[in-house]
Parts: sequence; structure tokens; C-alpha cells
Amino acid sequence: MCGIVGLYLKNPALESQLGELFSPMLIAMSERGPDSAGFAIYGDEVNNDFIKLTLRHPNECYDWEAVATSLKLHMDVAVDWFQNSNVSVFKIQASAAVAQQFIDKHYPEILILSAGQSIEILKEVGLPEHIANTFNLKNMKGSHIIGHTRMATESAVTMEGSHPFSTGMDLCLVHNGSLSNHNRLRQELKREGVKFETDNDSEVAAGYLTHRLQQGDSLNEALDNALKDLDGFFTFTIGTRNGFAVLRDPIACKPAVMAETDDYVAIASEYQALSSLPGIDNARVWEPEPATIYAWERNT
Amino acid sequence: MKIINLEIQAVRDLNQALHDQSIKCNEREWEVLCPKGQHNIACGLDQSLTIDIKGHAGYYCAGMNKKAHITVHGNVGQGVAENMMSGTVRVKGDASQAAGATAHGGLLVVEGNAGARCGISMKGVDIVVKGNVGHMSCFMGQAGSLVVCGDAGDALGDSLYETHIYVKGEVKSLGADCIKKEMRDEHISELTELLNRAGVDENPTEFKRYGSARQLYNFKVDNASAY
Repeated sequence: MCGIVGLYLKNPALESQLGELFSPMLIAMSERGPDSAGFAIYGDEVNNDFIKLTLRHPNECYDWEAVATSLKLHMDVAVDWFQNSNVSVFKIQASAAVAQQFIDKHYPEILILSAGQSIEILKEVGLPEHIANTFNLKNMKGSHIIGHTRMATESAVTMEGSHPFSTGMDLCLVHNGSLSNHNRLRQELKREGVKFETDNDSEVAAGYLTHRLQQGDSLNEALDNALKDLDGFFTFTIGTRNGFAVLRDPIACKPAVMAETDDYVAIASEYQALSSLPGIDNARVWEPEPATIYAWERNT
Repeated sequence: MKIINLEIQAVRDLNQALHDQSIKCNEREWEVLCPKGQHNIACGLDQSLTIDIKGHAGYYCAGMNKKAHITVHGNVGQGVAENMMSGTVRVKGDASQAAGATAHGGLLVVEGNAGARCGISMKGVDIVVKGNVGHMSCFMGQAGSLVVCGDAGDALGDSLYETHIYVKGEVKSLGADCIKKEMRDEHISELTELLNRAGVDENPTEFKRYGSARQLYNFKVDNASAY
């Protein structure tokens, strides 16, 4: 069992309250996922000649300043950064590939949790409330956010096995369910060059989407293909730079409920997680249909 | 009338207070405020009570109900009125999957839509849905009736036993061993009574009847070579 929550703001006036609105949603799903929790928040966009990386090192006292200085020296580019617990967000004036290669080569002990213009992924082992407090979720601002609370069933309880999983530039995935063909699919994707950190089935779903998108699929095409190639149970929420998408498998055993008002669109595994949202009593509340892609995107 | 606010009191306390009524009934009318999608509200009742739940309820609302009349003024999560024995459960909004699962008796009315597997393995309950039902509804239904005033999803009545199914709208597909059947006078009477009990204003002659072809009841010797 796991919990999924997502909140997409239609009303930009609420962006300063995104974390405050979302934090109780994540915590409400603690019973579905007390092992670990995480979220991907979108906002604070960097210019197109910059890349934003979310970097993690287990040591909270890690010398991030040294990384920034080294980036500036070696690459002669502008670097801005800030630390949040054991994670740092770096905004680097370089292409994604160049910046990631530099980190991988010179700082192999650093894990890159996300890359893009907008996305920041933060996740950790522990109760959702603990994770929300650790990263000061309540005070975060942004346009949209998706989160996950994990109750591990198939693989170890580790930060690496927790969600969201990055699936490419400004893309990420959270999953509730279990895939039955993940071992075979992992082998096939490895042959195609996709790298995996864990034995986790959800990471395979993330790797699958990454691969399809790299092959030129649009997000809708990649999700359509996922319905054919992924065997098992899933409710997915996929975060994109401009919004999010929701997809349930054709059997639709794993729950999902959505709500929409003039101000927001929200998804959760259970209605309980939506009940703290303003105006929810008068919101349109419905259950997403099986094997149907729901997507919300703001115009840029 | 007794009012219980679930922002102040726990669901466990509510259910205990309702269960106590089966021993000595001193309050017939109850109102439950601020359910906020919590699970297991008004489960396992065994007394002729009237309960109004003012808002959306979570999973297994009114499960295992006996005798009580429960109205949810909102939506419900999965498994509403699961294993109900008698009484009435009315959902003013939508119901998630497995509404009325395995229920033996009583009446479940969903005024909105019901999700997948509505009436799965039902054993005698009557279910009336004013809107649509999702896929695999009435799967392995054994007894009772399912009335759908809207459309039915894929694989309606798969592996059906003796549940009577009436659908007014479109059926996306029928499940294994489920077939369309003739609507005879006794079925019009049965459906008329079900619609009246549910308080639903529909014309019974506009419905079609579906039932079991009874081809899966027994092992067929013709299939022996497959083993």
C-alpha cells in the first residue's frame, strides 16, 4: 500500500501557500505509507540557459560551498545554490548533460535527485510528518506539487527506493501498486542503456517512461505505451514542468480520487487527504476512470 | 436526535455508541457531522436507527449493516454497505468501487455513479444505481438484483449466478456467461417494485434484463481434453 497526493494550482494567487496547502495532504496519507515519503515541487523556474539540479548527500554538514566553487572554477559559469537539510538545489548556467557529467565525475558521492528548469525532488525515509518538517514543506512556494507516502511491499525501505522518481527533465513519477513484469522489463531497459539504482518495481516504471520519452514519445504516447507494456497494478501520478497527469491501470484496484475547483486540481489516494483543502465541500469530486489519461497543464 | 461531530469524537466512539443501541435503544435518530472521508463510519449496526452522515465518507461506510437506515449526504469510498444483511443505505453522491460487495440483504441506493465491481459477489442485496456502474459489476453475483439507470462498464455480470440485472442505458460489454434475457411481466413487476422502494422515477419498460446463461455452473465433459 502507498499514498499518492498531488496539487496543481489554477489560481496563481495561491502559489505562496502551496506548501501550506499540501503539507496536511501528505501527512493525511501516513496510514497508507509510514515508511518513507517524498515530494516533487515545481516553481522558482530558472532561465533556459540554466539547469536546476536537486543534489543529495547523506551528511547534512556536507561542504556544498566547495562544490559550487569548483563548478564556477572548472566550468566558468554562474552558480547559485541553497541548502535544505541534506539536499541542495543548484542553479547552474550550463546544459543539463554538462552539469550532470561534472557532478558524476568529480562528486560521485552526490546523488542527483532531479534535473530541470523547475522541479525539485525531496524525499527521505521516515514518517511523512517528519519529512514535511525536515524540508520545511509548509513554507514552500510553487505552482504544483506531487507527493508520495510509501509502505514498501517489494523492495527495501531506503531513500533510493522512495518516491518520486525522476524520469527526465522536469519529469517525475509516483506509483501506488505493484508491477509483476518489472524484472523482465528492467533487463530489457538495461540493454537499452537505462540505469537503475534499486530492485524497486516503481523505479522500472520510471525508467520505462524515461526511455519512451527519450525515444521521442510525447507524455501521452508514453503513458499509452505503459498501459500495454506494464503488467500489474498501478495508479501513477506524473509531474511535468507545467502540470501533472494521472493514470490508473485497466483493472483499477488502486484507489484515486480527484477534486477540482476554480482554484486548483487535486488528486489523492483517499478523499481524507483532500478534506483539508479550501472549498472542498463545493468542489467537483470524482474517481478517475481506469486506463484513462487525465492531464492538467498550464499555458506557458 | 443525537448529533456526533467527527472533528471532535473518534469514529470508534461513534460506532460504539451506535452498537450500544442494539442492547438498549434510547435514541433512534442520529446525525454525523464532518466525516471528512474517514473510514468505517457506522459499521456493524444491529438496530433500527436512522443515521444521516453529512459529508463525504471513506471506505466501508455502513458495512455489515443490519436493520439501520443510513443516508450519506455526499460520496463514499470503496466497499459501501459491504456485507449488508438488512436495512437501507442511501448514497446521495457517488460510490467508489465494490459498492454492496457480498451483501446478503437490504437495499443500497446510489443516487450518483458507482465505480468498478459494484455488487461483486452479492448474495441477496438489492442495489439501485441512478447513474452508471463501472467495469466488472455484479461479478459472481449470486442472488438479489442490480438496477442501473445509466450505463454499465465492461464485463457486466461476469461469471454470474442468479442475480437479476436491469440496465436502462448502454452495456459496454457482457462478462463470461452473462446474456441479455427476455423482460417478462414478472420482471417488470420486480423492477417496478425496486424502483419504487428506491424512490427512483424511471419507466421499467425502458430497461433490459441480463442474467446467467448457466453454462459455467457445472464442469463440461466436452472440455476434458483441455486438462
